[in-house]
Amino acid sequence: MYLSLSDWTSRKASGADRAKTVAFIASPTVIALGIVSMLTDISSESVAAVLPLYITGALGLSMVAYGFFEGMNQSISSLVRIGAGYAADRSNKPKPIAVAGYGLSMAARIGLLFATGFGGILAVIGLDRIGKGIRTAPRDAMIHQASQPEHLARSFGVHRLLDTVGATIGPLLAFAVLMLVPGDYRMVFVVSLAAAVSGVAVLALLVPNRKLIQQEDAEENSEEKTSGVPRPKFRELVRGPLGKLLLVAGFLGLLTIGDGFVYLALMEHGQLEASWFPLLFVGANLFFLSFAVPLGRIADKTSRAGVFILGHLALALAYICAGAGDSLPFHICALALLGTFYAATDGVLAALAGQLAPHGTTSTAIGAAQTVVAVARLFASTGFGVLWIFLGSTTAMLIVAALLVLLVPVAWRLLLSKDKAPESALTS
Amino acid sequence: MTRQAAGMSAQIRWLILAIIAVLALGSVTVYAVQAFGRYQARTTGASAAQVTDKLVDGNRIVFRNTAMGQGYGQIASVAIADPAGPRELFQTVCDRVDATAQYISCMRTQRGIPTTFETRILDAQANSIDEWPLSGVPSRTRISEAGLVATTAFVTGHSYATDSFSTETVIRSVQGQDFGNLENYSIFIDGQELTAIDRNVWGVTFATENKFYATVASAGKTWMVEGNLEERRMNSIIENAECPSVAPDQSKVAYKKRRAQGGLAHWDIAVLDLKTQKETLLPLEQGFDDQLEWLDSQTLLFGMPRTDSVGDSDVYSIKATTNAQPQLFIKDAWSPSVVRIVK
Repeated sequence: MYLSLSDWTSRKASGADRAKTVAFIASPTVIALGIVSMLTDISSESVAAVLPLYITGALGLSMVAYGFFEGMNQSISSLVRIGAGYAADRSNKPKPIAVAGYGLSMAARIGLLFATGFGGILAVIGLDRIGKGIRTAPRDAMIHQASQPEHLARSFGVHRLLDTVGATIGPLLAFAVLMLVPGDYRMVFVVSLAAAVSGVAVLALLVPNRKLIQQEDAEENSEEKTSGVPRPKFRELVRGPLGKLLLVAGFLGLLTIGDGFVYLALMEHGQLEASWFPLLFVGANLFFLSFAVPLGRIADKTSRAGVFILGHLALALAYICAGAGDSLPFHICALALLGTFYAATDGVLAALAGQLAPHGTTSTAIGAAQTVVAVARLFASTGFGVLWIFLGSTTAMLIVAALLVLLVPVAWRLLLSKDKAPESALTS
Repeated sequence: MTRQAAGMSAQIRWLILAIIAVLALGSVTVYAVQAFGRYQARTTGASAAQVTDKLVDGNRIVFRNTAMGQGYGQIASVAIADPAGPRELFQTVCDRVDATAQYISCMRTQRGIPTTFETRILDAQANSIDEWPLSGVPSRTRISEAGLVATTAFVTGHSYATDSFSTETVIRSVQGQDFGNLENYSIFIDGQELTAIDRNVWGVTFATENKFYATVASAGKTWMVEGNLEERRMNSIIENAECPSVAPDQSKVAYKKRRAQGGLAHWDIAVLDLKTQKETLLPLEQGFDDQLEWLDSQTLLFGMPRTDSVGDSDVYSIKATTNAQPQLFIKDAWSPSVVRIVK
């Protein structure tokens, strides 16, 4: 079942009510895609966890150059993402593109087994990031298509739950492997490759290769004579409710600094032993995976845009906890709120973008929303770095939190004010 | 689901998936068994290097043994007069070591969930005296004659979440005095106080029991600084100089100098004459990434990882003059430290 613009407008008023009456059935495709992401995250996060050790310990290199490389990688990944989304819409088949993305990351794992120099390692990580950029938008379009429209955010929640389980298992698995065979990083890479291969296999074999727009429906659209598939136009994307969503997500993204800063601020207060550092990420993830489905469910029943915007309030509170508090309850509060923020925004944004996308542009719209957010966050991290340098962690964190609190009502008004026609549709 | 029936039936798909899963798991198991065997061989088989029970007392080089076999990763030492000769091994495994006639500073990785790190102090007979936790991956350590211990660790979180790294450099004494994190010292760059929070300090080298040199970085630039422990203060000397190492006579400092070029980081060796402020550059085609160590007043030592064998490395020597070329000094060794027995 796809959701065309006309269907969506006709049922907009009753959408949230229907979420209460239509029973939720977890789609096998969504679960399969969740398992694909789980395996892939086990694969990538296990490597990520030991990479600093491998680069410094086994290869005898310092991490300095790695830091510079990271920023570049994220930019490439963001740009590839929107392109892959567009390609999925154009070809009308998201699966082959998703397979290509997951496959590329799998190939990077093979490369990791043979890469020895720093340049080789960087090339392999770059390849992995490009693969991540390619696969995200087509995969989310597939989730969108396989989900009941009434339970879109909840379906994305199910996927993000499985995805985050993988991201949490990955580092722990890697450390367990290194306990078994100390110093054998290649063993971690082999485990990672096996997980990646299994992920691609589940995707290729269990996820149906469905068209985003079914043929008979496409034929009804007389303006699409050439290929039967609409050509997503960026001009159309930025107009109307989707454009507003991109604008709001972009501005909120500008106030979303990297998680690393939150962890560093927590460490800076000095109450935590250094060895806790890797576990902070696990802690935030546990909250993310616990809340992903419930918050998706609430978003479906009330308002997806509302949950998305209010999620940023949780982020502001997380910054306040991390910036101001220096005792254990504040640390836990910061991690819980950070997890809540991701649970309220990550899958919900994809659901929103998919819902608001004009006919035949689901994948491009989701890719665009994620690119806008990723690029905005990149700017946020760079800008925040400067703020952190000049003002110190506490003041900088509190400033960003204050700006977020100020921006949330503006975002709410832009997306949710009832007096303007297109916005009220967002609550469906 | 009807549309996919054109290809394979659901049963066949599940069967193929099961086969792939079994193959993947099987390969992991086979590799794990082999890896464990290799680990056993690496740690229990005969060492690839020539080993001796006891070195003759005298000037020696203490380092991390990277020869495969028994004693891999352990502290080792060879006589300065015969660096290619037999090595004496000590039980403690370290990632980085530095030694004086009295003490050995050893930065170690403790496997576990999560993996943790520590600094361990040993006496000349390699008996453990003290240990304290390290906040990240071991990077550099230096120990002074009287027992000041400087350690630099890379503090990395989850690398996909953080877009930068930071270093933590602390100084403590063997006697238990804590001199704190060098980031919190007053830092002056060309006379201006550096207040930036993104400042990082790494690679300490001790000139005296109060004076040291180190690297300070902020906003993408690096400086070599001269530090004063008592005043908790550091002043910049020159820009673009990392991981200093002061010569035994304290007239010169050798360090890493980053070559101006796009892309990957490439470091050459440079030596600064502290009196004349004259810098001598030793370009290295291969580049290097280590804290240098003075073998004598004219010769420098540094470690180079092997490109053909992960986990193995060699120590090279190079004359501190322009156009000098590195020579292989100790095979299967890392983190060299010259111990001079003062008579």
